[in-house]
Amino acid sequence: MKLIKAIVRPNKVDDVKDALGRVSLPGMTVTEVRGHGKQKGHTAIYRGKEYDVSLLPKMEIEVVVPDNLVDDAVAAIITAARTGEIGDGRVFVIPVEQSYRIRTGERSDT
Amino acid sequence: MKPTHPTYPTCLALAILVLLCVTLPIGALHAQPTSSAPVAAAAQTDLAKLDQRLIAAQSSADNAWMLVSAALVLMMTGPGLALFYGGLVRQKNTLAIMIQSFALMAFITVLWAVVGYSLCFGEGTPIIGGFGHVLLRGVGVDPNADYAATIPQLTFMVYQLMFAIITPALITGATAERMTFSGTVVFMALWSLCVYAPLAHMVWGKGGLLNATLGGRFPTLDFAGGTVVHITSGVSALVCALYLGKRTGYPKEPMPPHSLVLSFIGACLLWVGWFGFNAGSALASNGLATSAFVATHFAAASATIGWLAAEWTTRGRPSALGAISGAVAGLVAITPASGFVAPVPAMIIGLAAGTGCFVMVTIAKGRFGYDDALDAFGVHGAGGTIGALLTGVFATQRVNPIFHDSQGRSLPVGWVDGNPSQIGYQLVGIATAWIFALVGSIVLLKITDLVVGVRASEEQEIEGLDLTEHGEEAYNLEM
Repeated sequence: MKLIKAIVRPNKVDDVKDALGRVSLPGMTVTEVRGHGKQKGHTAIYRGKEYDVSLLPKMEIEVVVPDNLVDDAVAAIITAARTGEIGDGRVFVIPVEQSYRIRTGERSDT
Repeated sequence: MKPTHPTYPTCLALAILVLLCVTLPIGALHAQPTSSAPVAAAAQTDLAKLDQRLIAAQSSADNAWMLVSAALVLMMTGPGLALFYGGLVRQKNTLAIMIQSFALMAFITVLWAVVGYSLCFGEGTPIIGGFGHVLLRGVGVDPNADYAATIPQLTFMVYQLMFAIITPALITGATAERMTFSGTVVFMALWSLCVYAPLAHMVWGKGGLLNATLGGRFPTLDFAGGTVVHITSGVSALVCALYLGKRTGYPKEPMPPHSLVLSFIGACLLWVGWFGFNAGSALASNGLATSAFVATHFAAASATIGWLAAEWTTRGRPSALGAISGAVAGLVAITPASGFVAPVPAMIIGLAAGTGCFVMVTIAKGRFGYDDALDAFGVHGAGGTIGALLTGVFATQRVNPIFHDSQGRSLPVGWVDGNPSQIGYQLVGIATAWIFALVGSIVLLKITDLVVGVRASEEQEIEGLDLTEHGEEAYNLEM
């Protein structure tokens, strides 16, 4: 079981969601985040005073997947979120030790 | 400013009425030739009645416009200025700056009734009014012919009150994000009595030192408050910015406006409200009011273009904040001139203010290093001074024949009329306003600092004044 954490462009969230749905992964958590990698920010000017906007808005998608679906899920995210320009984002795959469903209290390993 | 000539339609109406008054009794005379004395007396009574009705009709029209104007000027402070400034601060100080405008709507109003109006418009010395109207004594529905002969003095009083409210509110742009609420209230109350009241009395009060029509030693032209409102508040704003010091983190830390949408709505409300401010300063619903209305609008438009053009050429992009800042600068500059200049000179004044204030705000402020947070000095101090000076250049008797010789003939007003000495009087007015604002603000800040303190603590500033001063937040959008 793995946690896939993808940081993508805000306008790509719906595409990623659809793509993950197609590989039978309906559940996900989406968070608004700010950050930067290689992509440079831009400059805003208010009454002549310049501000560097270096932290850009991104969306972070978290999805927990069984080990056998990790490759499909990652491929789906990359295909859906890519534009080919700097600033497309990153995908991280992290091991998950345990997982519980709150409603029933049952432990689920898939 | 009172109209000095009856307008053409008024003359026509008067002529018809007089004709009716004269011909009808003559008809009666023919019918009953034996009783001529009572008939003549009746004609006199009819004439007097018609005269009264005519006066009542004019009073109704003027009063309607002046009440609307008073409401428009109040709208400039809340919500206009409150939104304009509220959007320019960081999110954590939004309510703190808005409540300052709102609190002044309350505090200055009470102060005005107690003594403010009397100090501004009561008879007194050339520097300040007396105590004749304390607690609004003698201020009722009868007009005060010295100021506005056709509207109740109560209307004049409440209209002038709205000016007294917005003037200190303008200063909060310089003290934003770091002056305490208690310090603001105490300082502004003192300032209203010690700086605003003398200036208002000198320029607009009967017998005031700078009054242009009611016996002033140095007749300064200020139609709607270029010196009284904008120079005093702008220069005091600079003093406040210097006295308080820079905001914690300025200029290293970025402090961009948190919502230009709010500022945009505020600026649009200011533009509309300014029609009440300037056109209302005719104190009647007449041609002069229209002239001031038109000048106001044209100046705002050309100033917007001036600021945008300066910004576009020097920074590469025209901005929304630039457009609304330019409009406000133009409205400030046309304020003293609005009832004296034709539309084309109004556009020249606007253009000068739009580009001039752009330089003040984007270049001069950075060079001198003071933290005028929302540019109250850069826009109101600079724009007010530009406007007051150019009023002396472009004021003309064709728009407002304000000066007369002993035979009642109209005299030249500004430089364009061939009266260059008016520039000198304008400079006297400007210098007086600057000196009063500078000295008065320093003394009053010192007093306020000793009594309640003026500067918020560094922790308060970092946390934000909304939470630390008022215990609430502007936005609770999250769960």
